[in-house]
Amino acid sequence: MTRPQRTRIRTIPLLVGAAVLAAVAACAPGPAPRASNTASLGPVSRNVGSGKITLTVWDQNTDKGIDEAQQQLNAAFHRKHPNVTIKRVSRSFTDLKTTLKLALSGDNPPDVVQANQGYPDMGAFVKAGLLRPMNDYADLYGWRDYYPSSLLKLNSFSRDGKTWQGGDLYGVSQTGELVGLYYNKSVLAEAGIRTPPKTVAELTADLKKVKATGKVPLGYGDVDKYPGIHLYGFVLSALAGRAKVNDLVKSSGGAWTDASEVDAAKTIQRWQRAGYLTPGANGISIDDAVASFGQGKSGFLVTGTWYEATLHDKNVGFTALTPPGAANQVTMGGEGLSWSITSKTRHANAAAAYIDFIAGRSSTATLIKNGNLPVVVPDSDTPPAGVAADITREYRTISRANGITPYLDYTTPTFYDTLTAAAQDLVAGRLTPAAFCQKLQADYAAFGTSNR
Amino acid sequence: MTVSRTRRPAPAPTGAGRRAGRRTRGRRRSRVAYLYILPAFAVFAVFLGYPFLQTIQYSFYDWDGLSAATWAGVANYAAVVTDPTLRAAFGHALVLMVFYAALPIAIALLLTALISRAHRLRAMSVYRTVLFVPQVIASVVVATIWVSIYSPDGLLNEGLRLIGLGSLARVWLADYSLALVAVGFVGTWLNVGLCLVLFLSGVGNIPPVLYEAARIDGAGPVREFFAITLPSLRGQVAVALTLTVTSALKTFDLVYVTTSGGPGNSTTVPGFEAYHRAFGTGQVGSAAAVAIALTVVIMIVTALIHRLNPKEVG
Repeated sequence: MTRPQRTRIRTIPLLVGAAVLAAVAACAPGPAPRASNTASLGPVSRNVGSGKITLTVWDQNTDKGIDEAQQQLNAAFHRKHPNVTIKRVSRSFTDLKTTLKLALSGDNPPDVVQANQGYPDMGAFVKAGLLRPMNDYADLYGWRDYYPSSLLKLNSFSRDGKTWQGGDLYGVSQTGELVGLYYNKSVLAEAGIRTPPKTVAELTADLKKVKATGKVPLGYGDVDKYPGIHLYGFVLSALAGRAKVNDLVKSSGGAWTDASEVDAAKTIQRWQRAGYLTPGANGISIDDAVASFGQGKSGFLVTGTWYEATLHDKNVGFTALTPPGAANQVTMGGEGLSWSITSKTRHANAAAAYIDFIAGRSSTATLIKNGNLPVVVPDSDTPPAGVAADITREYRTISRANGITPYLDYTTPTFYDTLTAAAQDLVAGRLTPAAFCQKLQADYAAFGTSNR
Repeated sequence: MTVSRTRRPAPAPTGAGRRAGRRTRGRRRSRVAYLYILPAFAVFAVFLGYPFLQTIQYSFYDWDGLSAATWAGVANYAAVVTDPTLRAAFGHALVLMVFYAALPIAIALLLTALISRAHRLRAMSVYRTVLFVPQVIASVVVATIWVSIYSPDGLLNEGLRLIGLGSLARVWLADYSLALVAVGFVGTWLNVGLCLVLFLSGVGNIPPVLYEAARIDGAGPVREFFAITLPSLRGQVAVALTLTVTSALKTFDLVYVTTSGGPGNSTTVPGFEAYHRAFGTGQVGSAAAVAIALTVVIMIVTALIHRLNPKEVG
């Protein structure tokens, strides 16, 4: 009995070592680099045929208003094309972000997916050849006439996934979004503010006035980390202007350590030092900050139009700021996630017909009825005075004047993490504005070397 | 092993033939034994062995999880040591070991000493169940409960204000110096029950005559604890230490739900970094290197604990 045991003891490490070596030396993980990305896609048609088709669709429309709109749109599409059944898989934004990569890289991916714009998601998918270019469908359905070109650009990539906002179209969006300044009219009246602020300087002055009343000047909660992107992006856009921020995010010029970037960080830290932000904001959820703003406990709130339904109140207004020297308001936002077709789908025509139906002209009435902001607001839409009217008006003006800056986390695959952690540090006073900007620049520079 | 023992042949005759026969039979026996472990090994190989090797492979590449990977050598492992975020994550795991392992074991030993004095405590099984409840509740639920306890107007702050210590109230999970402690304390709360149940079952196995003898010799409660209870619990302490230290090193769910690693990066742990890099930021190679490094650390620490308790009986 002793002998086999001894030999076993000797052979096991050898076997394990050999296996490890074999594994490491085996071919690299991931698909082999493709020689060409320009395989022909075949003719496209508006005709979805009459054979039975099941389209698997992954969306992130889980919030009440948009979820109801999506259900109605799906049902209407099925009535129009009874041979097409929609198998809907709906996940929250964060869950979708983490599971979509695995789903797409499998052998049997969904037919239609909602992909987040920018380098981290859409860029990586395009680079790996997982999404189907949709230029042909854009021509077929006249999308280039319907959607503003600045918004289509956000959904475009070069075929190698290395250059954003150029090359081929990889999807269209259903909803419009803006990060803006909500204000509570009665709190402002109490502080003696007659008109909402138009610039960062005016906002700072108004925050001081609200502070004097004893209420929280600017409601803020950042335990979820992403609101940091919205606050910094909002201030940066209103200081630096659209061209500067857009160039920075799409990696075509500028640095995160430039004057306006540092200025935006300084502004936020100055607000925090002066006690203008909710105390202990890093431990408060954005939902709580929104709720407490809704109850009139704070004067201002910086967040997105997706809270329109929650903040539906006559007392609440919505606006955006104008950068010094600029003619129009500039703020961060754009459009909801892009609806894209996967390259492995066998029903591209049906998928395109579906996307046109739920994100194109035919979808706006259903979207508005359920309290959503469609990506293209029809002229006929004039909601009664209130926050919905403010949001519709601001979105229409700002998107027409090309005043929308892209979300800052599109910048690099790791920028979401870098920026959100640094924003918490900035608000906690653990990073100086200069050090904050250096952190962002370091991430940006590292991506610049690896992506080119 | 069981097989060979039950099939042990009758004493063989002497001579050369005996030796030869024995050797061949011995080999056949051990080969048959391999067949018995085959199902278990197959499960291990498919669900643990292969993914483990795959993770090792990934850790040597720069890979976003989708497109072709590029060879990275040991760069991902070097980053575990040089990247301040990752180094901090491992540091945090070490701090958590105090809260997950050292504190619960100390508290549980103290409680064991107290409870074991009350020999016929009524409804002992009820207490045991209550103390064990934290282990049974899903960890996401536990974390959510504690998020509400630590919230600005939560139980902890309200309690502090009630007893006039309102100046200490703060947003616990947003405090850079205290967030990690706050998360660690949840681990303490979780693990005390586990340790206590282990120790109480151990105490139950100590023959009562030992205590009687000690008392006749005039030993007080403290002496009794150090002379009898603690030495008898060595095995249980070793088990508790292994379980709790491992749970500290591989902790993920508590951090994921309570802080997502924040504020800043002050509560990130290796498990969270591995998950986040693999599924969030598309750094699969780096995530794999973190996971492998964590596995190695856990193996070393477990081996050290085993060394400290040479007569460990499990």
